[in-house]
Amino acid sequence: MAIDSLPNAVLPTRSGPSLGFLTATPIIAIATICLTLVILSAIFAPWLSSHDPQLLVPALRLKPASSEYLLGTDAYGRDVLARILYGGRISLLIGLGAAVTSISIGLFIGLVSGFFKWVDAIMMRVMDGLMAMPSVLLAIAVVSLSGASLTTVLIAITIPEIPRVARLVRSVVLSAREEPYVEAAISLGTSMPKIMWKHLMPNTVAPLIVQGTYVAASAILTEAILSFLGAGISPETPTWGNIMAEGRAFFQIKPSLIFWPGLLLSIAILSVNLIGDAARDALDPRMKQREAGK
Amino acid sequence: MSDAVNSNINRTDVNTRPMVLEIDNLVVGVGKTGAGKKIIDGISLQVRQGETVCVVGESGSGKSVTSLSTMGLLPKDSLKAIGGSIKLVGEDVLKASDRRLRQLRATTMAMIFQEPMTALNPVVHVGKQIDEVLRTHTSLGASARRARILEMMEQVRLPDVKRIFASYPHRLSGGQRQRIMIAMALVLEPKLLIADEPTTALDVTTQKQILTLIRDLQKDHGTAVLFITHDMGVVADIADRVAVMRQGRLVETGTLQNILRAPTMDYTRNLLSAVPSLVPRPPRVEAGFNPVVLEANELGKVYRERSFFGKPREVHAAQDVTLTLRKGRTLGIVGESGSGKSTVARCIVRLIDPTSGGIRLAGREISDLSRHTLQPHRKKIQIVFQDPYRSLNPRITIGESIAEGPINYGAKRSVAMARARELLELVDLPADAVSRYPHQFSGGQRQRIAIARALALEPEVLVADEAVSALDVSVQAQVLRLLDDIQTRLGIAILFITHDLRVAAQICDDVAVMQHGRVVEQGPAAEVLANPQQAYTRQLLDAAPGRGWDFANFRAVDGSTTVPAA
Amino acid sequence: MLGYLIRRILAAIPVMGVVALFVFLLLRLTPGDPAAIIAGDSATPEQLDRIRTQLGLNEPLYTQFFSWVWRLLHGDLGTSLISNVPVLQMVSQRIEPSLSVALSVMLLSILVAVPLGIIAAWKHGTWIDRFVMALSVIGFSVPVFVIGYVLIQIFAIELRWVPVQGFRSIFRGFGPFFERIILPTCALSFIYVALIARMTRAAMLDVLGEDYVRTARAKGINESGVLLRHALRNAAVPVITVIGTGFALLISGVVVTESVFNLPGVGRLTVDAVLARDFPVIQAMILLTSGVYVTINLVIDLAYALLDPRIRY
Repeated sequence: MAIDSLPNAVLPTRSGPSLGFLTATPIIAIATICLTLVILSAIFAPWLSSHDPQLLVPALRLKPASSEYLLGTDAYGRDVLARILYGGRISLLIGLGAAVTSISIGLFIGLVSGFFKWVDAIMMRVMDGLMAMPSVLLAIAVVSLSGASLTTVLIAITIPEIPRVARLVRSVVLSAREEPYVEAAISLGTSMPKIMWKHLMPNTVAPLIVQGTYVAASAILTEAILSFLGAGISPETPTWGNIMAEGRAFFQIKPSLIFWPGLLLSIAILSVNLIGDAARDALDPRMKQREAGK
Repeated sequence: MSDAVNSNINRTDVNTRPMVLEIDNLVVGVGKTGAGKKIIDGISLQVRQGETVCVVGESGSGKSVTSLSTMGLLPKDSLKAIGGSIKLVGEDVLKASDRRLRQLRATTMAMIFQEPMTALNPVVHVGKQIDEVLRTHTSLGASARRARILEMMEQVRLPDVKRIFASYPHRLSGGQRQRIMIAMALVLEPKLLIADEPTTALDVTTQKQILTLIRDLQKDHGTAVLFITHDMGVVADIADRVAVMRQGRLVETGTLQNILRAPTMDYTRNLLSAVPSLVPRPPRVEAGFNPVVLEANELGKVYRERSFFGKPREVHAAQDVTLTLRKGRTLGIVGESGSGKSTVARCIVRLIDPTSGGIRLAGREISDLSRHTLQPHRKKIQIVFQDPYRSLNPRITIGESIAEGPINYGAKRSVAMARARELLELVDLPADAVSRYPHQFSGGQRQRIAIARALALEPEVLVADEAVSALDVSVQAQVLRLLDDIQTRLGIAILFITHDLRVAAQICDDVAVMQHGRVVEQGPAAEVLANPQQAYTRQLLDAAPGRGWDFANFRAVDGSTTVPAA
Repeated sequence: MLGYLIRRILAAIPVMGVVALFVFLLLRLTPGDPAAIIAGDSATPEQLDRIRTQLGLNEPLYTQFFSWVWRLLHGDLGTSLISNVPVLQMVSQRIEPSLSVALSVMLLSILVAVPLGIIAAWKHGTWIDRFVMALSVIGFSVPVFVIGYVLIQIFAIELRWVPVQGFRSIFRGFGPFFERIILPTCALSFIYVALIARMTRAAMLDVLGEDYVRTARAKGINESGVLLRHALRNAAVPVITVIGTGFALLISGVVVTESVFNLPGVGRLTVDAVLARDFPVIQAMILLTSGVYVTINLVIDLAYALLDPRIRY
C-alpha cells in the first residue's frame, strides 16, 4: 500500500529545532568548542594581548617568538599575536554579516519568484547571470571601484551569495506549493500573504539555517582571499588575509607569518562547515532517514 | 470467474507436489543486528510447485518484509532475519553466502515489485535489462540471448517486441513495464516467483491482464507463486491458498475456499467484512425534492504544451462534463487514472481554472469569478484530498488547521477553536486533539481531521478526491461510514471521486463514469453499476477483481453454484 | 533533441546579457566620477579627459552601452588604459599557465573524486565513508593559499623536489613544465575533489535507494555491476552538474593560485588590473570568464541529453 512506504512522523514539534546537534558527535563537539574559542578570542582580543595591533615599531622588525611577543613581530614590528586576535573580529563580522544579509535578500527574492511567475522569469535570469561571474573576480572588481572599507567588502562578498539562497528558497517554495495542505488552505479561503507566512515560510527555515552556515564559511574565506590579493580592507587593518599577504614577501624567512593566521582561518572555516553539516543532518529528515538506511 | 475455477481443478494432487518454498518460524528484527523490535515474529509458510499462495494483510503486517527476506534483499543496515529458516528447494537461503544468493536469484527465485514505473533503470534499454539476467547466469551467445529475450517478450504478450526491446522504460506504459518485469523474472524459468503487490499501481483493466498473464505463465512453467497483496478481490481471483498476516504474525492459513467461506479467526472475518460489495446498495429514498446545490455545465479543461517547433499540443483533460448534485445526495465520479476525474474535481473547487463551461454553486455561477470575487463563495465548497500524510501542515496543531477556515471568514479565534473541538468529536476523535500535531495521528485519523477541517466552514458541497484510496480496507470502511453519517446529520452534498467501483457502489446515489476526459455514462448507481449500458462501464466492472464474491457475507455472488466447494 | 539544444542555447543569451549589463553598470553606478575613480586621486584634468574619451563616458548611458555591446560582438574587448594593448592580446599572451592549471586540476580532481565518492557511498556508514567525508570537509575549509604555502614549504623548501615558484611553457619540454605545475595543481585540486566527491557520494546514495537498484540486485548481478552499470550512470547527472557549477570556484581558485605560485597567467593579469584600476581589463576579464562558465554549462546541459534519455524530447 501507498502508506507503507511513507516515513512516519516527520517534523519538529512545538519547541522547534533544538541545539542538541551541536554535540551530536565528538568531532562536532570539538568544532563547536573551537568556534566558541575563536569567537571569544576575537571579542576579548584587547584583554588577551597588551599590544596595539597597528603600532609600528621599526626597531623590532621580524623578531622571532619571545615571551613579550608570543608569535614574534611582522615586517613593521607589529605584534603578530595581537594582529591575529584582532583579525578574527573582521573575519567573524564578515561571516555573520554576509550570512544575515544574503539570507534576508535571498529569502525575499526566492519567496517572490516562487510565487509570481513573471517575476520568476526575470529574477532567475538575473540570478543565473550573477552565478556565472566568478565570485572572487566580482568581489575584487566591486571593492577596487568603490574603495576598500568594511562595508564595501561585505557588499562585494554578499552579492555572489544571494543567488544561491534565492534559488534554494524558490525551490523549497515551489515544491511546498504543490503540497495538498497548501491547496487545502487555498480552498479554505486563506489569503496569499498568509499562506506564504504560515504554510510556506516555515519550510525554508531549516534549509536556510544550514545555508547560512555555508555562506558564513564561504564569506570568511572570500574576505581572506580579497585581503591576500591586496584587494580587501586596507592593509594596516589587521585581518587574517592581510597578515598573510604581508607575510608573502618574507615567506622563506619567516613562514609563521602565513601559517598562524592560515591555521586559525582554516580552523574557523572548518568548524563552521562541520556545524553546518551537523545542522543539516539534524534538520533534514530525508538525510536522517538515509543515515538510518531507509 | 473462469480463472478461479481452473486453478482449483487440480487441487487434489497439489499436496503431493514437491515443496518449493518452506518458511519456518521466521523472525526479523529491526537494526543492523536485528536486536530491535521484531517486525516478523514466527511466520511459517509453504509454497508447492505450481501453486499460488497469497499473503494478505494491511499495512504494517510485514508481508513485504517476508518476501524481501526470501530474496535476501532486506536493507542490510536496518533489518535482519534473526531466527527460523527459509528453505528454497531444500536449501536455507538465510544461511547462504552472498555469492550463492546471487546465483539463486533469477535462476531459482525471482521477484516482481509494486511500482513498475520506478523498478526499471531509466537510462538503459529494456531489452538490455533483460539481457543482463542472461549474461549473468548463462553462457549463451549474443544472438541466442536476443532470440530468447524476444521469445520471452512475446510470451508476456508485448506487442512489436523488436521495437520495445530497444526502448527506454519511460516510453512504455505501466502495464508494459510490468510485463517487462515479468519477462525479466521468468526468462530463466525460476521455480519460485515472488510478486509483491505487482498490480497495485495499475488500473483495473491492466491489473486484470497482468493477473491473467501471471496465472497463464505459471500454468505453462509450473512455477510456484508467492503473491503479496492487500486486495481481497485479487486474492479471490488468483490464490490456491491464502495466508493472512497481521503485525508480523500469521493469523490463519487455508485454502481459498476455506478462508473466504469459513474464516476461523475474528481478524480475518473483520477484514473480509470490510470489503465493500460490488453490488450497489439499495437506492436511498429522497425525502421530498432536494434543491440542486452544484451544477457543472459542459465543463472543459485544456492543457497546452508549448513546443518549440510546430504548433502547441493540446491535451483535453476534461471535455463537456455536465453534472448535477442535489442537497443530501452523493454523486460519484469513477474512472481510471488519466480519465480526468480529478481534473473535474479541482476545477469545481477552483484550485485550477476551467477553460470552458460553467459551474453553478448554490445558484451562483462561479467559473468566471476572479480570485477576489470568488472568496465569499469558496466556503460553500470544500475538498478532502487523497494523501492523509500531506494534507495537513505538519508544523501547526490540529486545532489551528481546523480553525483556519472560520478565522479567514471572520470568526473569532476562541469561537473557531471551540468549534474545532466540536468538529473533532463529530468525526469521532477526542476534543483534546486540538493541541496535538499531525504526526501523532494515523492515516485514518488524519483523514478524519481533514474532513473536520472541511466541515468547519459549513459547506454545502464536500468534494472527496480519492479520499479513502490510501487507507487500509478496515479504516476505509470506518471513514466511509463516517461520511455517510455526516451526510445524514448535516444534509451535505458529496462529490465523491474514486477509481474503486466497490467504494462507489456502497456510497454513491448517482455515478458518472469518465474515460479520456469525457463522461461516458451517468445515472443512478443502482442502474449504472448493476446494469451498465456502455461497453466501457461493462469493461470496468468485468475487470474488478473478486467480482464473483460477496466477501462480507462469506459467499459467492448469486449462490455458490459456479464455485466448487473445496 | 534539436529543439532541446536550441532552447538551451537561447537560454544562455539572456544570462550573458545580464552579465554584460552588470559589468557595464559596475563602473557607472559606483558613486562618484567614474573617470576619477579609475585615474585615482592625483589625476590631472587632462588625464581625466583622456579616460573619459577613451571610455566614451561623455555620451548618454544607453549609447555607451549599445556601442560597447556592438564592439563586443565584433570581438573588440577593449584596450588597457595602462599599457594601451588590446585586452584580447594581453589575454592570449598569458592564457597558457591558467589553462594548464585549470585543465590539470579538472582532470586530477575527477580521477580522484569520483572513485572516492563511489566507495564512500558503497561503504556508507563505515570508516571509509567517514574518512572521505572528513577529507571533503577539510578540502572545503582550508583555503587554497594555505594549502599552497604548506606544499611549498614541504616539497620545495624542505625536500627541494620541485622549484618554489614560476612557470615554464610546455612547449619548452614536459619535465620543467610538469615540476612547476604539479604543486599548484595539487593545491587547487583539494577543494574541487571535496566538491565532486561529496556530490558523487550523495548522488550515489540517492540512486542506491532507488527501486531499479533493488531490481538489479534481485537479478543476481554482482555488486560492481550494480554500482557501475546501474547506479553510476544514473548518478552522473548531478555529478556533472556540480563539475560545471564548480567551474566558477575553479576560476576564483586559479586567480589565487597564480598569486601564490607566481604564475604569469590571466589571474595575475586580472589582479594587477584591479590594483591599477585598469577598468577595461577588469570588465573584459569578468565577461570572458563568465562566457567560459556559460559555455561549459551549456556543454553540460547537452551532456545530460546524452546521459538521460528522458531529456530527449
